[in-house]
Amino acid sequence: MISYLAQRLLLMIPTFIGITLIGFLIMRLAPGDPAELRAAGGLGAAAGAGISLAKRGAVDQAMAQWRAQYGLDKPLHVQYLVWLENLFTLKFGDSFKDSQPVWDKLTERLPVTIKLNLWSILIVYLVAIPLGIYSATHANSLGDQITTVLAFGLFAVPLVWAATIAIVFICGGDFYYLFPPGGIESLDFSDQWPLWKKIQDHAWHLFLPVVLLSYSGFAALSRYMRSSMLEVLRQDYVQVARAKGLQEKIVIFKHVLRNSLIPQITLLADLLPALIGGSVIIETIFSIPGLGQLGFQSVLARDYPTVLALFTVTAVLTLIGILLSDLLLAVVDPRIAFGRRQQ
Amino acid sequence: MNTQIPPGSFRAPDKTAGAEDVGNIAEGLWSDLWRRFRHNPIALAGFYVVCLLAFMALFADFIANDKPYYLHYQGKSYFPILRSYLVGTKLGHWPAELLNVDFKKLEGAKAFYPPIPYRPSNINLLEPLEPPSAKHLFGTDKLGRDVAAGMIHGSRISLSIGFVAVGIAALIGIVLGAVAGYFGSWTDLTISRLFEIMLSIPTFFLLITIAALLPPSLFLTMAIIGMTSWVGMARFTRNEFLRIRNLDYVTAAVALGVSDRKVMFKHILPNALAPVIVSVVFGIGGAILVESSLSFLGIGVPAELVTWGSILQEGSTTTFAWWLAVFPGFAIFITVLAYYLVGEGLREVLDPRLRGLR
Repeated sequence: MISYLAQRLLLMIPTFIGITLIGFLIMRLAPGDPAELRAAGGLGAAAGAGISLAKRGAVDQAMAQWRAQYGLDKPLHVQYLVWLENLFTLKFGDSFKDSQPVWDKLTERLPVTIKLNLWSILIVYLVAIPLGIYSATHANSLGDQITTVLAFGLFAVPLVWAATIAIVFICGGDFYYLFPPGGIESLDFSDQWPLWKKIQDHAWHLFLPVVLLSYSGFAALSRYMRSSMLEVLRQDYVQVARAKGLQEKIVIFKHVLRNSLIPQITLLADLLPALIGGSVIIETIFSIPGLGQLGFQSVLARDYPTVLALFTVTAVLTLIGILLSDLLLAVVDPRIAFGRRQQ
Repeated sequence: MNTQIPPGSFRAPDKTAGAEDVGNIAEGLWSDLWRRFRHNPIALAGFYVVCLLAFMALFADFIANDKPYYLHYQGKSYFPILRSYLVGTKLGHWPAELLNVDFKKLEGAKAFYPPIPYRPSNINLLEPLEPPSAKHLFGTDKLGRDVAAGMIHGSRISLSIGFVAVGIAALIGIVLGAVAGYFGSWTDLTISRLFEIMLSIPTFFLLITIAALLPPSLFLTMAIIGMTSWVGMARFTRNEFLRIRNLDYVTAAVALGVSDRKVMFKHILPNALAPVIVSVVFGIGGAILVESSLSFLGIGVPAELVTWGSILQEGSTTTFAWWLAVFPGFAIFITVLAYYLVGEGLREVLDPRLRGLR
């Protein structure tokens, strides 16, 4: 196992370099320089209306100064190396937008996104696993066919549509006001509230975002669970268990379920990038101050350091997630030899 | 829907399969595929919806247009929609009396209009945010543009993005997967790093980053979606190549001195295509979903183009105008669902070992 781990870790180095290179190059080679954007923002409408030559000179000077301050005037490879060096010491620099340290921005918003995604993952697994079990044990029955169609239906529902429909029909507006249209806590939220009221308030705000983030996940996972369980059900040892007179309940929940749950571990790593993508949309629509919203706002503002930091951090976390789930899979299932990942 | 029953090849009464195998291999594969595919009613329904949508996109000008099919004006007959194609291709020109006129305001003209007599670009500031009515089937947006017309013409954008993006993805995926699987060892190891990179990168975030940084353009959006969604196809292709690479017929071909390129793309690829075809069909649905999210966020596709996502976006800001949210979203949903059902049907027909949705 040690040698497998070492091999995997070694192979992660080129992957890591690739990720950072892609992120860095995209941000730097894209047209539209943050210095220019900043200058245009500072001058406001004057820039569009045509400004005098003297003013233009002053702007150019300010821009050059600003470029030097943020190291944007150095050659590209030097910029990359400097950035990489800072990365290892978790120095992500200051945001171009409001000059706050990027690290502070990330850590400030991380808990919200983690909370949102953990609940989503929990719901995905809690709904999908029983659904998958039901579909597999009642394979090809009417119930199975309905869940299959439902699963595909949910999978095809555009997240932006589901969120918009929710906002239009049940979040105030002209129809019903069942859930708040945004935020993670009420405006009059205070620490003096009793615990149950705080929990209630949070649950009320998080319910819709979490459900919206989860639904396509449980469609996919229940399908995986179903096929994995059907595969186990076909195996000889299940037949033996039935032949020796065990109750069907025990066969399913004690013998089959455990083995068919194993492959679902690897899906956790696949679920992560999808959830992060979903967070961008959901947090933007419901104005939840999490990483997704920060990401989208930073992209629009060309806040290079923040975008790069977010990009790298999530990619590295996913990379670690993939490694961990592979390791976990190999630990849980002795049939899987190290070094031969199921594709 | 019987996903559990082993693949069609075992259950379908293929009495003629043997006879067809003798003929052209590619033709045999496709007709065989179709024969088994059409036994699945749900997948078949999906297929018909896909055809219908393609028809709608192709003939959008004939379904929703502010020009009439037929016009009788000042004693002469015209076919303005057909003529607009001639003018568009510089083969013809408008007669002087019809140049830059509003066909609906021509006096004493007899005209026969398409079912939806508007184009998505027809702004009518007198009728902003009209609810659905007989005049505007799906209502109007805040510039008074007809939503139904916007949706019919928007299907062109959605479908073309789906097809072109997936075409790009398939090209990258098949070539990289084939090279990795065929040459193995170091080549495989290197290309597999590339897969790992693409798998760990938060693709959607990468997508909005690139799309927001570059100037809005339809083709760029297609290219970006394509370049961020090839990993699945590449992995499938690689695995199939790894398997087929060791079959006797490939060894024989190599021993006969057939060039690597010919072995890869002429001998191995046709046998490795099954899982790729399935992920191509799923990929079209996925790309349409991604495009709708992008235009919803207001990046990628130019703002003046009316797309399903852009109508939806307006719906989310003007919350009382429910028709702006309901109809375009439903169109996306039906389209994506149809592609997924076709993909699932193909999956059952083509390869029982493929699991999962994507």
